Amino acid sequence: MHNNINDKNSKSPSGDLGVGIVNYGAGNIFSLTAALDRLNVTYGMVNTENDLEKYSHIIIPGVGHAGAAMEKLKGTGLVEAIKKLTKPVLGICVGMQLITEHSEEGDAALLNIVPVKTKKFDKSLHIKIPHMGWNAVNPKNNSLFEGVEDNTQFYFVHSYFIEYNPTFDIASADYGLKFSAAVQKDNFYGVQFHPEKSGKAGELVLKNFSNLSL
Amino acid sequence: MLSKRIIPCLDVKDGRTVKGVNFVDLRDAGDPVELAAQYAQQGADELVFLDITATHERRKTMIEMVKSVARQLNIPFTIGGGITEIADAEALLNAGADKISINSAAVRNPKLIEDLAKTFGVQFVVLAVDTKYVNGKNMVHLNGGRLITELETENWIKQAEDLGAGEILLTSMDHDGTKAGFDCGLLSKVNQMINIPIIASGGAGSMAHFTEVFQKANVDAALAASVFHYGEILIPDLKQELKRNHIPVRI
Repeated sequence: MHNNINDKNSKSPSGDLGVGIVNYGAGNIFSLTAALDRLNVTYGMVNTENDLEKYSHIIIPGVGHAGAAMEKLKGTGLVEAIKKLTKPVLGICVGMQLITEHSEEGDAALLNIVPVKTKKFDKSLHIKIPHMGWNAVNPKNNSLFEGVEDNTQFYFVHSYFIEYNPTFDIASADYGLKFSAAVQKDNFYGVQFHPEKSGKAGELVLKNFSNLSL
Repeated sequence: MLSKRIIPCLDVKDGRTVKGVNFVDLRDAGDPVELAAQYAQQGADELVFLDITATHERRKTMIEMVKSVARQLNIPFTIGGGITEIADAEALLNAGADKISINSAAVRNPKLIEDLAKTFGVQFVVLAVDTKYVNGKNMVHLNGGRLITELETENWIKQAEDLGAGEILLTSMDHDGTKAGFDCGLLSKVNQMINIPIIASGGAGSMAHFTEVFQKANVDAALAASVFHYGEILIPDLKQELKRNHIPVRI
Protein backbone atom coordinates (compact mmCIF):
# COMPACT_ATOMS: atom_id res chain seq x y z
CA MET A 1 0.00 0.00 0.00
CA HIS A 2 2.97 2.33 0.35
CA ASN A 3 4.38 1.58 -3.04
CA ASN A 4 4.05 5.21 -4.07
CA ILE A 5 6.27 6.34 -1.23
CA ASN A 6 9.64 4.77 -2.00
CA ASP A 7 10.35 6.67 -5.15
CA LYS A 8 8.55 9.80 -4.12
CA ASN A 9 11.69 11.91 -3.91
CA SER A 10 14.27 9.65 -5.38
CA LYS A 11 16.01 12.52 -7.17
CA SER A 12 17.13 14.30 -4.01
CA PRO A 13 20.80 14.13 -2.98
CA SER A 14 22.04 11.47 -0.57
CA GLY A 15 21.19 11.95 3.10
CA ASP A 16 18.67 14.63 2.30
CA LEU A 17 15.51 12.72 1.57
CA GLY A 18 13.72 13.86 4.71
CA VAL A 19 12.45 11.31 7.16
CA GLY A 20 13.13 7.61 6.77
CA ILE A 21 10.61 5.33 8.47
CA VAL A 22 12.02 2.00 9.61
CA ASN A 23 9.74 -0.53 7.90
CA TYR A 24 9.86 -3.61 10.13
CA GLY A 25 6.21 -4.61 10.17
CA ALA A 26 5.30 -3.58 13.70
CA GLY A 27 1.98 -1.86 13.36
CA ASN A 28 0.37 0.38 10.87
CA ILE A 29 1.99 3.58 9.69
CA PHE A 30 -0.77 5.04 7.55
CA SER A 31 -1.59 7.70 10.14
CA LEU A 32 2.07 8.62 10.57
CA THR A 33 2.68 9.09 6.86
CA ALA A 34 -0.61 10.99 6.59
CA ALA A 35 0.58 13.39 9.30
CA LEU A 36 3.92 13.88 7.52
CA ASP A 37 2.02 14.56 4.29
CA ARG A 38 -0.08 17.21 6.03
CA LEU A 39 3.13 18.82 7.32
CA ASN A 40 4.77 18.68 3.87
CA VAL A 41 7.62 16.63 5.33
CA THR A 42 9.08 14.27 2.75
CA TYR A 43 9.61 10.68 3.82
CA GLY A 44 10.31 7.19 2.60
CA MET A 45 10.69 3.66 3.86
CA VAL A 46 13.85 2.21 5.34
CA ASN A 47 14.25 -1.47 4.46
CA THR A 48 18.01 -1.82 4.19
CA GLU A 49 21.20 -0.40 5.70
CA ASN A 50 21.67 1.66 2.55
CA ASP A 51 18.25 3.21 3.06
CA LEU A 52 19.38 4.47 6.48
CA GLU A 53 21.98 6.60 4.68
CA LYS A 54 19.44 8.19 2.34
CA TYR A 55 17.53 10.12 4.97
CA SER A 56 18.51 12.98 7.25
CA HIS A 57 16.12 11.84 10.02
CA ILE A 58 14.89 8.38 11.04
CA ILE A 59 11.60 7.39 12.71
CA ILE A 60 11.09 4.02 14.40
CA PRO A 61 7.31 3.52 14.66
CA GLY A 62 5.67 0.69 16.55
CA VAL A 63 2.43 -0.59 17.99
CA GLY A 64 1.72 -3.77 19.88
CA HIS A 65 4.03 -6.07 21.82
CA ALA A 66 7.54 -4.72 22.52
CA GLY A 67 9.18 -8.15 22.67
CA ALA A 68 7.58 -9.17 19.38
CA ALA A 69 8.50 -5.82 17.82
CA MET A 70 12.15 -6.34 18.85
CA GLU A 71 12.16 -9.75 17.18
CA LYS A 72 10.77 -8.19 14.00
CA LEU A 73 13.39 -5.43 14.11
CA LYS A 74 16.15 -8.03 14.51
CA GLY A 75 14.67 -9.79 11.49
CA THR A 76 15.48 -6.77 9.32
CA GLY A 77 19.18 -7.01 10.16
CA LEU A 78 19.20 -3.28 10.91
CA VAL A 79 19.83 -3.38 14.68
CA GLU A 80 23.58 -2.66 14.70
CA ALA A 81 23.27 0.00 11.99
CA ILE A 82 20.52 1.78 13.92
CA LYS A 83 22.60 1.79 17.11
CA LYS A 84 25.47 3.47 15.22
CA LEU A 85 23.34 6.26 13.73
CA THR A 86 24.45 9.80 14.48
CA LYS A 87 21.53 11.57 12.76
CA PRO A 88 18.30 12.39 14.67
CA VAL A 89 16.25 9.28 15.43
CA LEU A 90 12.73 9.31 16.89
CA GLY A 91 11.04 6.25 18.37
CA ILE A 92 7.25 6.50 18.67
CA CYS A 93 5.28 4.48 21.25
CA VAL A 94 6.66 0.93 21.06
CA GLY A 95 9.38 2.43 18.85
CA MET A 96 10.38 4.51 21.88
CA GLN A 97 10.34 1.48 24.11
CA LEU A 98 12.67 -0.31 21.67
CA ILE A 99 15.47 2.19 22.30
CA THR A 100 15.38 1.40 26.03
CA GLU A 101 17.34 -1.34 27.75
CA HIS A 102 14.61 -3.85 28.60
CA SER A 103 10.84 -4.34 28.60
CA GLU A 104 8.78 -6.31 31.06
CA GLU A 105 6.59 -7.10 28.06
CA GLY A 106 7.95 -10.48 27.01
CA ASP A 107 10.96 -9.95 29.35
CA ALA A 108 12.76 -8.65 26.29
CA ALA A 109 16.27 -7.23 25.94
CA LEU A 110 15.95 -4.17 23.68
CA LEU A 111 18.33 -1.86 21.82
CA ASN A 112 19.74 -0.38 25.05
CA ILE A 113 20.47 2.96 23.46
CA VAL A 114 18.87 4.80 26.38
CA PRO A 115 19.69 2.95 29.63
CA VAL A 116 16.21 3.01 31.18
CA LYS A 117 13.60 0.29 31.57
CA THR A 118 10.12 -0.25 30.15
CA LYS A 119 7.73 -1.45 32.85
CA LYS A 120 4.12 -2.56 33.12
CA PHE A 121 1.55 -0.23 34.65
CA ASP A 122 0.45 -1.61 38.01
CA LYS A 123 -3.29 -2.14 38.52
CA SER A 124 -2.86 -1.67 42.26
CA LEU A 125 -2.26 2.05 41.58
CA HIS A 126 -6.02 2.21 40.85
CA ILE A 127 -5.55 2.99 37.20
CA LYS A 128 -7.14 1.44 34.16
CA ILE A 129 -4.93 -0.39 31.72
CA PRO A 130 -4.28 0.45 28.90
CA HIS A 131 -3.54 4.10 29.61
CA MET A 132 -5.75 5.37 26.79
CA GLY A 133 -6.60 8.95 25.97
CA TRP A 134 -5.32 12.49 26.33
CA ASN A 135 -2.94 13.26 29.15
CA ALA A 136 -0.96 16.35 30.14
CA VAL A 137 2.73 16.39 29.31
CA ASN A 138 5.36 18.58 30.95
CA PRO A 139 8.23 19.13 28.56
CA LYS A 140 11.64 20.30 29.65
CA ASN A 141 13.45 22.88 27.60
CA ASN A 142 14.18 20.76 24.54
CA SER A 143 14.16 21.42 20.80
CA LEU A 144 11.68 18.57 20.23
CA PHE A 145 9.10 20.49 22.29
CA GLU A 146 9.87 23.96 20.97
CA GLY A 147 6.66 25.98 21.14
CA VAL A 148 4.80 23.35 23.21
CA GLU A 149 3.43 24.75 26.45
CA ASP A 150 3.48 23.05 29.84
CA ASN A 151 0.55 20.71 30.43
CA THR A 152 -0.25 20.38 26.74
CA GLN A 153 -2.21 17.19 26.18
CA PHE A 154 -1.12 14.36 23.91
CA TYR A 155 -2.81 11.12 22.93
CA PHE A 156 -1.50 7.97 24.63
CA VAL A 157 -2.35 4.29 24.15
CA HIS A 158 -0.08 1.91 26.06
CA SER A 159 0.08 -0.62 28.85
CA TYR A 160 3.83 -0.36 29.46
CA PHE A 161 5.71 2.81 30.36
CA ILE A 162 9.26 4.09 30.50
CA GLU A 163 10.54 4.71 34.00
CA TYR A 164 11.24 8.32 34.87
CA ASN A 165 14.94 9.06 34.88
CA PRO A 166 15.92 12.72 35.21
CA THR A 167 19.03 12.23 33.10
CA PHE A 168 17.16 11.14 29.98
CA ASP A 169 13.66 12.50 30.56
CA ILE A 170 12.69 15.43 28.33
CA ALA A 171 8.95 15.37 29.09
CA SER A 172 7.08 13.68 31.89
CA ALA A 173 3.46 12.65 32.44
CA ASP A 174 1.49 11.17 35.33
CA TYR A 175 -0.64 8.06 35.34
CA GLY A 176 -0.68 6.47 38.77
CA LEU A 177 2.97 7.45 38.86
CA LYS A 178 5.33 9.81 37.08
CA PHE A 179 6.74 8.34 33.87
CA SER A 180 8.66 9.55 30.84
CA ALA A 181 6.45 10.77 27.99
CA ALA A 182 9.64 11.54 26.08
CA VAL A 183 13.33 10.74 26.45
CA GLN A 184 16.54 11.77 24.76
CA LYS A 185 20.09 10.54 24.69
CA ASP A 186 22.37 12.28 22.22
CA ASN A 187 20.72 12.01 18.78
CA PHE A 188 18.13 9.46 19.93
CA TYR A 189 14.66 10.64 20.92
CA GLY A 190 11.55 8.77 21.94
CA VAL A 191 7.95 9.76 22.58
CA GLN A 192 5.43 7.48 24.27
CA PHE A 193 2.40 9.36 22.93
CA HIS A 194 1.26 9.30 19.31
CA PRO A 195 2.20 12.68 17.78
CA GLU A 196 0.30 11.73 14.61
CA LYS A 197 -2.91 11.47 16.68
CA SER A 198 -2.31 14.33 19.10
CA GLY A 199 -3.89 17.22 17.24
CA LYS A 200 -1.89 20.37 16.52
CA ALA A 201 0.51 19.77 19.43
CA GLY A 202 1.49 16.40 18.00
CA GLU A 203 2.02 17.87 14.56
CA LEU A 204 4.28 20.50 16.10
CA VAL A 205 6.45 17.81 17.71
CA LEU A 206 6.74 15.95 14.40
CA LYS A 207 7.62 19.19 12.63
CA ASN A 208 10.21 20.03 15.31
CA PHE A 209 11.76 16.61 14.89
CA SER A 210 11.98 16.98 11.13
CA ASN A 211 13.75 20.31 11.67
CA LEU A 212 16.27 19.03 14.23
CA SER A 213 19.88 19.48 13.25
CA LEU A 214 22.70 18.08 15.32
CA MET B 1 -4.22 13.75 34.81
CA LEU B 2 -5.95 11.73 32.13
CA SER B 3 -8.75 13.73 30.51
CA LYS B 4 -12.33 12.55 30.20
CA ARG B 5 -13.08 12.15 26.51
CA ILE B 6 -15.96 13.56 24.46
CA ILE B 7 -16.79 11.43 21.43
CA PRO B 8 -19.23 12.34 18.65
CA CYS B 9 -20.61 9.30 16.86
CA LEU B 10 -21.32 9.41 13.12
CA ASP B 11 -23.52 6.96 11.24
CA VAL B 12 -22.17 6.14 7.82
CA LYS B 13 -23.99 4.57 4.89
CA ASP B 14 -22.27 3.83 1.58
CA GLY B 15 -19.36 6.03 2.61
CA ARG B 16 -21.60 9.00 3.46
CA THR B 17 -22.66 10.29 6.86
CA VAL B 18 -26.38 10.08 7.50
CA LYS B 19 -28.77 11.68 9.99
CA GLY B 20 -29.31 15.36 9.84
CA VAL B 21 -26.22 17.31 10.54
CA ASN B 22 -26.68 21.03 10.55
CA PHE B 23 -23.37 22.74 11.00
CA VAL B 24 -23.98 26.00 9.25
CA ASP B 25 -20.56 26.31 7.69
CA LEU B 26 -20.42 22.80 6.31
CA ARG B 27 -20.36 22.63 2.54
CA ASP B 28 -21.36 18.99 2.43
CA ALA B 29 -22.97 17.56 5.56
CA GLY B 30 -22.73 14.06 4.13
CA ASP B 31 -18.99 14.13 3.69
CA PRO B 32 -17.47 12.17 6.58
CA VAL B 33 -14.06 13.74 6.04
CA GLU B 34 -15.30 17.29 6.29
CA LEU B 35 -17.51 16.49 9.24
CA ALA B 36 -14.71 14.69 11.06
CA ALA B 37 -12.34 17.60 10.50
CA GLN B 38 -14.98 19.98 11.83
CA TYR B 39 -15.41 17.96 15.02
CA ALA B 40 -11.65 17.69 15.50
CA GLN B 41 -11.35 21.45 15.17
CA GLN B 42 -14.13 21.94 17.74
CA GLY B 43 -12.16 19.88 20.24
CA ALA B 44 -13.66 16.40 19.98
CA ASP B 45 -11.20 13.99 21.58
CA GLU B 46 -12.02 11.06 19.38
CA LEU B 47 -14.60 9.99 16.79
CA VAL B 48 -16.64 6.86 16.25
CA PHE B 49 -17.92 5.96 12.77
CA LEU B 50 -20.67 3.39 12.68
CA ASP B 51 -21.14 1.73 9.31
CA ILE B 52 -24.80 0.94 8.81
CA THR B 53 -24.48 -0.15 5.18
CA ALA B 54 -25.65 -3.65 4.39
CA THR B 55 -24.39 -4.29 0.87
CA HIS B 56 -21.57 -6.38 -0.50
CA GLU B 57 -19.84 -3.27 -1.74
CA ARG B 58 -19.67 -2.11 1.84
CA ARG B 59 -16.14 -3.06 2.71
CA LYS B 60 -14.50 -1.41 -0.26
CA THR B 61 -16.42 1.84 0.15
CA MET B 62 -15.77 1.88 3.87
CA ILE B 63 -12.04 1.32 3.44
CA GLU B 64 -11.83 4.25 1.03
CA MET B 65 -13.71 6.42 3.52
CA VAL B 66 -11.43 5.37 6.38
CA LYS B 67 -8.37 6.25 4.33
CA SER B 68 -9.77 9.66 3.48
CA VAL B 69 -10.56 10.32 7.14
CA ALA B 70 -7.12 9.15 8.29
CA ARG B 71 -5.40 11.43 5.78
CA GLN B 72 -7.12 14.49 7.21
CA LEU B 73 -7.82 13.73 10.87
CA ASN B 74 -5.22 14.35 13.59
CA ILE B 75 -7.18 12.70 16.42
CA PRO B 76 -7.97 9.01 16.94
CA PHE B 77 -11.04 7.31 15.50
CA THR B 78 -12.90 4.02 15.81
CA ILE B 79 -14.76 2.14 13.09
CA GLY B 80 -17.69 -0.13 13.91
CA GLY B 81 -20.22 -2.15 11.96
CA GLY B 82 -20.00 -5.41 10.08
CA ILE B 83 -16.62 -6.56 11.39
CA THR B 84 -16.83 -10.33 11.67
CA GLU B 85 -13.32 -11.57 11.03
CA ILE B 86 -9.64 -10.71 11.38
CA ALA B 87 -9.37 -9.72 7.71
CA ASP B 88 -12.05 -7.02 8.14
CA ALA B 89 -10.17 -5.56 11.09
CA GLU B 90 -6.82 -5.74 9.36
CA ALA B 91 -8.10 -3.85 6.32
CA LEU B 92 -9.42 -1.10 8.59
CA LEU B 93 -6.17 -0.93 10.58
CA ASN B 94 -4.15 -0.64 7.38
CA ALA B 95 -6.45 2.13 6.22
CA GLY B 96 -5.61 4.14 9.35
CA ALA B 97 -8.32 3.27 11.89
CA ASP B 98 -7.08 3.41 15.47
CA LYS B 99 -9.65 1.03 16.91
CA ILE B 100 -12.44 -1.19 15.72
CA SER B 101 -15.69 -1.78 17.51
CA ILE B 102 -17.42 -5.15 17.46
CA ASN B 103 -20.86 -6.02 18.74
CA SER B 104 -23.05 -8.85 17.41
CA ALA B 105 -20.14 -10.73 15.82
CA ALA B 106 -18.57 -11.01 19.28
CA VAL B 107 -21.82 -12.23 20.83
CA ARG B 108 -22.07 -14.95 18.17
CA ASN B 109 -18.38 -15.79 18.42
CA PRO B 110 -16.71 -14.57 21.64
CA LYS B 111 -13.38 -15.99 20.49
CA LEU B 112 -13.28 -13.15 17.94
CA ILE B 113 -12.39 -10.79 20.81
CA GLU B 114 -9.47 -12.98 21.80
CA ASP B 115 -8.28 -13.41 18.23
CA LEU B 116 -8.41 -9.68 17.52
CA ALA B 117 -6.62 -8.82 20.77
CA LYS B 118 -3.87 -11.35 20.11
CA THR B 119 -3.40 -10.19 16.53
CA PHE B 120 -3.60 -6.42 16.96
CA GLY B 121 -3.33 -5.74 20.72
CA VAL B 122 -6.09 -5.06 23.25
CA GLN B 123 -5.92 -1.31 22.55
CA PHE B 124 -7.41 -1.96 19.10
CA VAL B 125 -10.50 -3.84 20.28
CA VAL B 126 -13.60 -1.98 21.50
CA LEU B 127 -16.56 -4.10 22.53
CA ALA B 128 -19.87 -2.34 21.91
CA VAL B 129 -22.75 -3.58 24.05
CA ASP B 130 -26.41 -2.59 23.64
CA THR B 131 -28.25 -3.23 26.87
CA LYS B 132 -31.89 -3.14 27.95
CA TYR B 133 -33.50 -3.75 31.32
CA VAL B 134 -35.83 -6.78 31.07
CA ASN B 135 -37.60 -8.48 34.00
CA GLY B 136 -35.21 -7.12 36.56
CA LYS B 137 -32.05 -7.90 34.61
CA ASN B 138 -29.76 -6.02 32.23
CA MET B 139 -29.76 -8.07 29.04
CA VAL B 140 -27.50 -7.75 25.98
CA HIS B 141 -29.47 -6.94 22.83
CA LEU B 142 -28.57 -7.05 19.14
CA ASN B 143 -29.90 -5.33 16.04
CA GLY B 144 -30.26 -1.95 17.69
CA GLY B 145 -32.19 -3.35 20.64
CA ARG B 146 -34.68 -5.43 18.67
CA LEU B 147 -33.19 -8.83 19.43
CA ILE B 148 -32.66 -10.01 22.98
CA THR B 149 -29.86 -12.47 23.78
CA GLU B 150 -29.40 -14.83 26.70
CA LEU B 151 -26.45 -12.82 27.97
CA GLU B 152 -26.63 -10.67 31.07
CA THR B 153 -24.85 -7.41 30.38
CA GLU B 154 -22.58 -7.42 33.42
CA ASN B 155 -21.45 -11.04 32.81
CA TRP B 156 -20.84 -10.45 29.13
CA ILE B 157 -18.70 -7.38 29.73
CA LYS B 158 -16.64 -9.17 32.36
CA GLN B 159 -16.13 -12.09 29.99
CA ALA B 160 -15.13 -9.73 27.17
CA GLU B 161 -12.54 -8.04 29.39
CA ASP B 162 -11.05 -11.44 30.22
CA LEU B 163 -10.97 -12.32 26.50
CA GLY B 164 -9.00 -9.17 25.66
CA ALA B 165 -11.39 -6.30 24.95
CA GLY B 166 -9.47 -3.06 25.48
CA GLU B 167 -12.45 -0.78 25.96
CA ILE B 168 -16.23 -1.04 26.45
CA LEU B 169 -18.79 1.11 24.63
CA LEU B 170 -21.98 0.63 26.64
CA THR B 171 -25.23 1.90 25.13
CA SER B 172 -28.38 1.83 27.20
CA MET B 173 -31.27 1.19 24.81
CA ASP B 174 -33.66 2.31 27.55
CA HIS B 175 -32.02 5.74 27.59
CA ASP B 176 -30.98 6.01 23.92
CA GLY B 177 -33.00 8.66 22.12
CA THR B 178 -34.74 9.87 25.30
CA LYS B 179 -32.39 12.83 25.90
CA ALA B 180 -33.13 12.23 29.59
CA GLY B 181 -29.57 11.50 30.64
CA PHE B 182 -27.15 8.56 30.67
CA ASP B 183 -27.84 5.35 32.61
CA CYS B 184 -25.53 6.34 35.47
CA GLY B 185 -26.59 3.46 37.69
CA LEU B 186 -25.63 0.69 35.29
CA LEU B 187 -22.56 2.54 34.00
CA SER B 188 -21.28 2.99 37.54
CA LYS B 189 -21.88 -0.66 38.37
CA VAL B 190 -20.09 -1.91 35.26
CA ASN B 191 -17.27 0.59 35.68
CA GLN B 192 -16.49 -0.75 39.14
CA MET B 193 -16.33 -4.31 37.82
CA ILE B 194 -13.73 -3.77 35.13
CA ASN B 195 -10.25 -2.34 34.72
CA ILE B 196 -10.48 -1.18 31.11
CA PRO B 197 -11.86 2.17 29.88
CA ILE B 198 -15.62 2.51 29.46
CA ILE B 199 -17.50 4.86 27.11
CA ALA B 200 -21.01 5.90 28.16
CA SER B 201 -23.62 6.07 25.41
CA GLY B 202 -27.35 6.67 25.17
CA GLY B 203 -29.44 9.44 26.64
CA ALA B 204 -27.36 12.62 26.30
CA GLY B 205 -29.69 15.61 26.09
CA SER B 206 -27.92 18.42 27.92
CA MET B 207 -24.49 19.47 29.11
CA ALA B 208 -25.58 18.63 32.66
CA HIS B 209 -25.99 15.00 31.60
CA PHE B 210 -22.32 14.82 30.68
CA THR B 211 -21.28 16.34 33.99
CA GLU B 212 -23.53 13.87 35.76
CA VAL B 213 -22.19 10.77 34.02
CA PHE B 214 -18.58 11.72 34.73
CA GLN B 215 -19.31 12.61 38.36
CA LYS B 216 -21.67 9.75 39.20
CA ALA B 217 -20.33 6.90 37.09
CA ASN B 218 -16.72 8.11 36.66
CA VAL B 219 -16.71 6.78 33.08
CA ASP B 220 -13.69 7.47 30.89
CA ALA B 221 -15.58 8.92 27.95
CA ALA B 222 -19.07 9.95 26.88
CA LEU B 223 -20.45 9.47 23.39
CA ALA B 224 -23.38 11.18 21.72
CA ALA B 225 -24.71 11.74 18.23
CA SER B 226 -27.73 13.97 17.69
CA VAL B 227 -27.00 16.61 20.34
CA PHE B 228 -23.73 17.29 18.54
CA HIS B 229 -24.99 16.86 14.98
CA TYR B 230 -27.92 19.21 15.47
CA GLY B 231 -25.73 21.75 17.23
CA GLU B 232 -27.73 21.52 20.45
CA ILE B 233 -24.50 21.12 22.36
CA LEU B 234 -21.31 22.69 21.08
CA ILE B 235 -18.18 20.85 22.10
CA PRO B 236 -16.19 23.95 23.20
CA ASP B 237 -19.10 24.99 25.47
CA LEU B 238 -19.39 21.47 26.84
CA LYS B 239 -15.69 21.31 27.63
CA GLN B 240 -15.86 24.64 29.47
CA GLU B 241 -18.88 23.45 31.44
CA LEU B 242 -17.10 20.22 32.43
CA LYS B 243 -14.02 22.19 33.43
CA ARG B 244 -16.13 24.45 35.64
CA ASN B 245 -17.32 21.26 37.33
CA HIS B 246 -13.72 20.17 37.95
CA ILE B 247 -13.82 17.35 35.43
CA PRO B 248 -10.46 17.00 33.66
CA VAL B 249 -10.87 17.77 29.96
CA ARG B 250 -8.69 18.76 27.04
CA ILE B 251 -9.46 22.35 26.12
